[in-house]
Amino acid sequence: MISWPNLVSQLFNGLALGALLALISSGLTIIYGTLGVLNLAHGAMFMIGGYAGFVTYQYTESFVLAVIAGSLFVMLLGVVMERVIIRHFYHRPHEDQLLVTFGLGICFVELVRLIFSSQSQIVPPPALFQGITNLGFMFYPTYRLAVVGIVAIALGALFLVLYRTRLGMIVRAGIEDSVMVDSLGINVYRVFMVVFGIGAMAAGFAGIVNAPVVSLTPGIGDDILVQTFVVVVIGGVGSFPGAILGGLIAGEIISVTSMFNPGYAYVMLFAAMTLVLVVRPHGLLGVQGRE
Amino acid sequence: MTDKLIRRGLSRRGLLQTTAGLIGGSMLPALPAFAEDKPAIGSYPAGVSGSTAFIGISVPRTGTYAVQGEDELKGYQLAIEHINSGHDLIKKISPKTSKGVLGKELKFGVADSAAKPNEAVQAQQRFISENKAIMITGGTSSAVAVALNKLAQREHVLFVCGISGSNDTTGKDCVRYGFRQNFFGQTAAAAIGPVMVKEFGKGKKAAYLTPDYTYGHTVTKSMQDFLATAGWTTVTNQVAPLGAPDYSSYLLNVANSGADVLINVNWGHDAVLSTQQAKQFGVLDKMKLVVPYQVPFIARETGGLMQGVYAATDYWWTIEDKFPLAKMFNEAFEKKYGYKPEWGAENAYVSFAHWARMCEEAGSFNPPDVIKAYEKGETLPSLVGDVHYRPEDHQCVRPVIIVKGKQQKDMKSKEDWYDVVEIVPGEGLMQKPDAFGCHPGDYT
Repeated sequence: MISWPNLVSQLFNGLALGALLALISSGLTIIYGTLGVLNLAHGAMFMIGGYAGFVTYQYTESFVLAVIAGSLFVMLLGVVMERVIIRHFYHRPHEDQLLVTFGLGICFVELVRLIFSSQSQIVPPPALFQGITNLGFMFYPTYRLAVVGIVAIALGALFLVLYRTRLGMIVRAGIEDSVMVDSLGINVYRVFMVVFGIGAMAAGFAGIVNAPVVSLTPGIGDDILVQTFVVVVIGGVGSFPGAILGGLIAGEIISVTSMFNPGYAYVMLFAAMTLVLVVRPHGLLGVQGRE
Repeated sequence: MTDKLIRRGLSRRGLLQTTAGLIGGSMLPALPAFAEDKPAIGSYPAGVSGSTAFIGISVPRTGTYAVQGEDELKGYQLAIEHINSGHDLIKKISPKTSKGVLGKELKFGVADSAAKPNEAVQAQQRFISENKAIMITGGTSSAVAVALNKLAQREHVLFVCGISGSNDTTGKDCVRYGFRQNFFGQTAAAAIGPVMVKEFGKGKKAAYLTPDYTYGHTVTKSMQDFLATAGWTTVTNQVAPLGAPDYSSYLLNVANSGADVLINVNWGHDAVLSTQQAKQFGVLDKMKLVVPYQVPFIARETGGLMQGVYAATDYWWTIEDKFPLAKMFNEAFEKKYGYKPEWGAENAYVSFAHWARMCEEAGSFNPPDVIKAYEKGETLPSLVGDVHYRPEDHQCVRPVIIVKGKQQKDMKSKEDWYDVVEIVPGEGLMQKPDAFGCHPGDYT
């Protein structure tokens, strides 16, 4: 039953899912790495990105504008969230941060449910990417192919910001040792605001880019949040390359396991995470010894 | 007050346990005037000793079945409003109802089950112990319905089942205290199977998408059993968890299975997502789609993917041409909520109306008396014509509506999604009451 083309197509499916998980996870891991905040509202940010894009699409019928609006809206939301709430929790225990971000996530989800109801909403893919592509050895939805490319570009852009700009340098230094960065006279709190905005934007961007693949519902971020955390742990908390590697690994595990026995997809994912934690407690590309 | 509380409800789960009726139900001592010469059982007579009777409602307001849960809830609310005011439609179904049931105003509390059995059981347990609920209801997930069946039997409180399509609900998991108005998955299979064989022919290859719980497995099994009689084979059965976020892996397996027909057993948002993704993967270009037991919302939410697709369902509003009560219901519902009622609302409304009738006929809320009223098996009016409950398994015998998705150009209004192909009478579709191993248990 399991044919060669079937295996390849599932591997490709895993790549598409993995790329998406990598992008969402990179936002989560940047925020945690720099600010030390585990943002449990990250799944809700992903969902809001989708809805903000959906609303924009309703008015403009432009997918590009929907992506831009979805991303910017969530970035703005992230900045406001950081300024109004999160900054009061930087020096509080982790459990306080977890609870407040979890609570915010619930509020966001219920707010969206109140406005849009629980009915699924559809954002069609742009005309350019509609239909199915014949790859020679298999047929695959054109838009999903495009998603891999779009996400790769987004990750590349994020890489450039993190590794080729002064802001990125500060952020990476902050991940290593925020006290040292602070003592060098850099206003880390302003940087924090920007970092939170960028991290949220990654989730929002993923949310609207993913919207044509799934149908939007208020609870769409719940499952993604769990998968994203697993990705971050596998890749190494606070590691940008780790998020990408973890995302791809998670995507392939879910996809390939689904081919043999779908019911065990999550079991295998968590088994892999446990294995990584046993062998490399700080994750595959995590920095050893970081707090 | 309850309405207001419900409208205020923004929270996730269980936060909507409205307390209207609490005082009447649990705080006041039993009034001597109401004392009947019957032993106390369950929440009787404590729950109906005042001027009100309390009903515990648990529906999914979050998760994959949230849309259907909301529709179902609206049906319950309309039924309660009509029962309390003695509306004409209720009188058609329950002629003795004047205002309230046995003169007692109905109050209710709502809890979000999130389609999870443990959440529903906890909420209903609280409604029973704190509010002395005289009847509980809920469903939308058959796993919830089965769990509430067991709770009802243990607590000796009537469970009037909401949406639940599993064979188990009034089959192997049936109870004396549980009643179901909508039909078995097997009934749906028996109704839609001949239509499929007629449309697609004999000896076809089928691929299944099955949600991994009692409803999914029993519907798939029922479809497989029926279609095997026409020489159909199963080339793959992809079993996905309830609320799966992505069906692409399953659909790739389906796409490569060489099937002629995809039988999508998923329901609620799962059905929407999986059908939409089946389109993306080109599966619907390669094979025909059938949704054997579906909720009409899927047509709207998939944005037209149900065009030309056959499905079995409990209710579709255009049958109002044939059934005057359906017309009355549609009008009342649309006036209150602004859209045509769907299956969940119909199921909820009729289930409550029948319960009210049984209480009136029994002349008491005493559970064994009400159960025996149901077990007379008399012919009852419903929105889809006359129906009756079988005494052996408490399953309502009612018709199945076979629909086919309309093409966009043929839609006369934005809610005109389906043609009604056939209304198949329930009698000939039903298997015997003991076919699924029903042993309902005791009255006391």
